[in-house]
Amino acid sequence: MTLSAHPPAPDVPDATARPEWPDATGHFGPYGGRFVPEALIAALDDLTEAYAAMRVDPLFLEEFAALQRDYTGRPSPITEVPRFAEHCGGARVILKREDLNHTGSHKINNVLGQALLTRRIGKTRVIAETGAGQHGVATATAAALMGLSCTVYMGEEDTRRQALNVARMRLLGAEVIPVTTGSRTLKDAINEAFRDWVTNVETTNYVFGTVAGPHPFPEMVRDFQRVIGDEARAQLLEREGALPDVVLACVGGGSNAIGIFTAFVPDDGVRLIGLEAGGDGVETGRHASSITGGDPGVLHGARSYLLQDENGQTIESHSISAGLDYPGVGPEHAYLHDIGRAEYRPVTDTQAMEAFALLCRTEGIIPAIESAHALAGAMQVGRELGPDAVLLVNLSGRGDKDVETASRWFGLGDHAEVDPGPGLDTDQQPTEGAVSNDEAVAGQDAGEQA
Amino acid sequence: MSKTEDDGRVSIAASASEPGAERVRSRGSLLATRITAARAEGRSALIAYLPVGYPDVPGSIEAMVAAVEGGADVVEIGMPYSDPGMDGPVIQQAVDVAVRAGVGMRDVFRAVSAVAESGAVPVVMSYWNPIERYGVDRFADDLAAARGAGAITPDLIPDEAAPWIAATDRTGLDRVFLVAPSSTDARLAATAAACRGFVYAASTMGVTGTRATVGHAAERLVARTREVAEVPVCVGLGVSDGDQAAEVAAFADGVIVGSAYVRELLEGRGPAGVRALSEDLAEGVRRRPVVPA
Repeated sequence: MTLSAHPPAPDVPDATARPEWPDATGHFGPYGGRFVPEALIAALDDLTEAYAAMRVDPLFLEEFAALQRDYTGRPSPITEVPRFAEHCGGARVILKREDLNHTGSHKINNVLGQALLTRRIGKTRVIAETGAGQHGVATATAAALMGLSCTVYMGEEDTRRQALNVARMRLLGAEVIPVTTGSRTLKDAINEAFRDWVTNVETTNYVFGTVAGPHPFPEMVRDFQRVIGDEARAQLLEREGALPDVVLACVGGGSNAIGIFTAFVPDDGVRLIGLEAGGDGVETGRHASSITGGDPGVLHGARSYLLQDENGQTIESHSISAGLDYPGVGPEHAYLHDIGRAEYRPVTDTQAMEAFALLCRTEGIIPAIESAHALAGAMQVGRELGPDAVLLVNLSGRGDKDVETASRWFGLGDHAEVDPGPGLDTDQQPTEGAVSNDEAVAGQDAGEQA
Repeated sequence: MSKTEDDGRVSIAASASEPGAERVRSRGSLLATRITAARAEGRSALIAYLPVGYPDVPGSIEAMVAAVEGGADVVEIGMPYSDPGMDGPVIQQAVDVAVRAGVGMRDVFRAVSAVAESGAVPVVMSYWNPIERYGVDRFADDLAAARGAGAITPDLIPDEAAPWIAATDRTGLDRVFLVAPSSTDARLAATAAACRGFVYAASTMGVTGTRATVGHAAERLVARTREVAEVPVCVGLGVSDGDQAAEVAAFADGVIVGSAYVRELLEGRGPAGVRALSEDLAEGVRRRPVVPA
């Protein structure tokens, strides 16, 4: 029994094996590795070793499975959304409901694993970075559950646009430190968390939130998140007796996408599509599409695709979604892209918000704006493939945290006095390109005919 | 006081100026030569860090020359980077200005040439991505042509450095990796063996910045490193004045000072402040070590 185990399905090749990558030193082809100060290597080695022992330890696996079941509420259901699917060229759309997890997103899957690992290596304090606040909330939750002290670094800009999650973290007993350096967003929060870690590594474990960063984080976070795809694959086989044609997920750092992709990687007939945050459009330069619009380089401890200028300086990303507003991406995505196993496409703010509104109105589900990028991808891909296609979409989180951003975007309520957040400047409020409240539901027919 | 150039350096500069000429590895290390010469005078070498582009490119070069005039043997020329994960608030503040101004590797090479001209040994300090983006081989060639000794790469460990090791072997440049108090004996040995020029001992667990005390961790780390290193061992992180420099000079081959220099510029004391700090530190590295009774 290992982390990757799920019940083998009849008539379908077993997909429980871990991928052949990364290698022993954390490389996914030319990507990944460790580009960090030497002072952190011992801590990373300790983590790698402790994790290697933990992931095959029956006691851990039992405790982890119990937490997932009794605390997170796993398995999360799959939900077919036929009214939404009418806007996807008639393709069938099935959502994997990570939004129904405790704390409201897939982030809890990873932090429970890393919090157990923290306890196992005898450290008493955890730190985390957060963009939208979902990983910060999840880490604060796991820290409260396991009696660990918790500090969360969050870009000052993000503390403003995700104020609700700041309050949640503080209620859970975490210290939230607004980061005022650099662009004051997720990438700078990660820099500050690394600085804290290198200074306090004796007592502190860094609970990294995504499949990026130095080895072993990309591999470990993937292993903790692959439960999403393991479950969904088994659920689809049980319900439909077949695998989906396409699996879609949004990609910032890429943890929910790796989580749902991994089980399907060996299934050659299943297309894997990651939707990157296209912001105002990749062609405008204001986006967060690291694979579509970036180049290989080194950021935050690993080689992968990133947004950078000619001097190798990281370029600030732009997205309406704080959780995707990151100029890098996990190294496994870079590898899956290069070997042609997964495709990556940008989805603009406008397209994502159109899908956001559509799911609210057609299915009674308010998605996270991050996840709305995957829904927008389903609308595109469904129209390309037509009525016979079955699309599995990872609904990675719920949208409660985004209600204010969405209200501003759609001009609901009285937000005239309120300062618009980044990526949603006054001059970008619903214009001809954006979808109004009603159009979001009614205005799809023209597009579907195409 | 650091104005004299040894013969080796002059001949290297001459060969590097020939298009396509490859420097031979046997020429010896510019950094090790200078640090060993300081040791022969019964003192440690003073290594000053300053980033290119703060307050602007000419101003930063002027400050580097002032550091040399005040007594720095080696100048660590910082390539500004948008995500300086190992740096504390002082260096971040200066580097942020330089990044926003669009400072690039060309500006770094200008500073390298100016420092070489001033008589000190120039070594580039750069996070890895700007070097990779510039092109590893192109960087090595252009650095050699600018008369740079080599580079310190704070976020590149030898395990990931194959292209850089090949480029420095080919060009004869120095390559300086870091060791830390948390490094295992095996890693200390492997890292020291991969270094040419000197080994950078990061004295404390943490980021750059001045500290009240440098602490015993530094001395212990230097002792452990010496057991396995064939090149000089220099200490960085935390030294801000002559007294601390003297404390570190008692056990290290070189004393690296960064944030204290940058603070002189941030607080508006300019090249004069940098020169005065160098004089204080240069006096510190020359003090006779206090031998315990």
